[in-house]
Amino acid sequence: MSVPRFWRRLKNLYNLIGTHCSKCGGYYYPPRNMCPKCRRNGLVVPFKFKGVGEVVTFTIVHSAAKDFAKNTPYILAIIKLDEGPRLTSQVICNHNDIHIGMKVKSAFRKLGEESEKGMIYYGTKFVPLIDP
Amino acid sequence: MNVGIVSYGAYIPHYRIKIEEIAKVWGDDASSILDGLMIYEKSVPDMDEDTITIAVEAARHAINRAGVDPGRIGAIFTGSESHPYAVKPTSTVVAEAIGATPNLTVADFEFACKAGTAAIQACMGLAESGIVDLGMAIGADVSQGAPGDALEYSAAAGGVAYVIGKNDLIANIESTYSFTTDTPDFWRREGMPYPEHGGRFTGEPGYFKHVTSAATGLMKRIGTKPSDYNYAIFHQPNGKFPTRVAKILGFSNEQIKPGLVVPRLGNTYSGSCMMGLAATLDIAKPGDRIFMTAFGSGAGSDAFSIVVTDRIDEIRNCAPSVEKLLSNPIYMDYATYAKHKGKIKL
Repeated sequence: MSVPRFWRRLKNLYNLIGTHCSKCGGYYYPPRNMCPKCRRNGLVVPFKFKGVGEVVTFTIVHSAAKDFAKNTPYILAIIKLDEGPRLTSQVICNHNDIHIGMKVKSAFRKLGEESEKGMIYYGTKFVPLIDP
Repeated sequence: MNVGIVSYGAYIPHYRIKIEEIAKVWGDDASSILDGLMIYEKSVPDMDEDTITIAVEAARHAINRAGVDPGRIGAIFTGSESHPYAVKPTSTVVAEAIGATPNLTVADFEFACKAGTAAIQACMGLAESGIVDLGMAIGADVSQGAPGDALEYSAAAGGVAYVIGKNDLIANIESTYSFTTDTPDFWRREGMPYPEHGGRFTGEPGYFKHVTSAATGLMKRIGTKPSDYNYAIFHQPNGKFPTRVAKILGFSNEQIKPGLVVPRLGNTYSGSCMMGLAATLDIAKPGDRIFMTAFGSGAGSDAFSIVVTDRIDEIRNCAPSVEKLLSNPIYMDYATYAKHKGKIKL
């Protein structure tokens, strides 16, 4: 990820800010400029998701791309947020605990870094939902 | 003083390593280290956690605990000696992540283990003077200890955030007092991965001189004595120092017990004393009086006299307690710990 690309998406990565169409009630993450259902008649506004959802499906990555090699094995999952949208994210938990339907919440973590002297990318991953 | 704590939040990583596991690798006598340091295990950050992620999680817990509108926060100061960037403030990421940008001032503080309490004092001044509505002071660290060094038994990870303001206080800060000298008891040069220290030199001329001077200075200024306080917290580089300094000053073991988190957590450096205060606020009752003295090598101490208000009961359970954050740890061996701490270079 380049620095400008990260900077443009920073608010969406830090806080799961997507969009909501106030005409049809649809929720979207990542954010969309136009509602895919209502098209030009849609009324799309920024929307901050609660960050709570459940695991739809997952895999455990043992052979990763170079930038993620130090983190293997790690869990990569499709998360369905409570508001509806699905997104792909790492889930940080014991590998014996992960299961389809597991309730999760967002957490602020390092997503990666360019190099030892480069930019560090922060954003959202998910952890098991535990009440305070 | 008409200023105090509006909210607070803590964060501790899930991972722990036991002292015996570290001692086994270096051929040390674990029982003598346990007796000497009074630390049984210490927290370890996950592979994707650093001072910034810890500061953000603590800040979010502080925001959520009292339902603070982040737009009201006019200043964020993060104290740490392990900021991920040498140039690029940790506090900018925290401000963005909690939704406090762009109308605020931020900066990063560094004063060994007391940068977080120095940040509290800065926020007190800005809030009481009316320059800002609310200020946020954070102490967070993923502290460093060289492999085989005595610090490796205590250097831990964690962070605490305090929202400071004038209204809706859960605790009023009656007064603060600092004592600072140029004492080279501990340092880390630019670009060096691990700190150096003066061994036993860190004790008497460092920790004990500064903590006792700041503590007695504050009590003299406001006319209090140890028996006027329900609880006391002193900087916790290990379990022995705060226990001994409490005794020297005339505080009892019962007064320091709720805030003495270091045996199960390790030394969270800039978060150390502030974590003890958070643990104490977790159990304090309205009207309780709390005494706190932080210490930072280099060296200096910040002392605070704090009175808990009725509002503590309204918000206390709206974010995880320190006890909750300490529960259900995941233990790791030394090899995994070395990987998590970046001690293995690939």
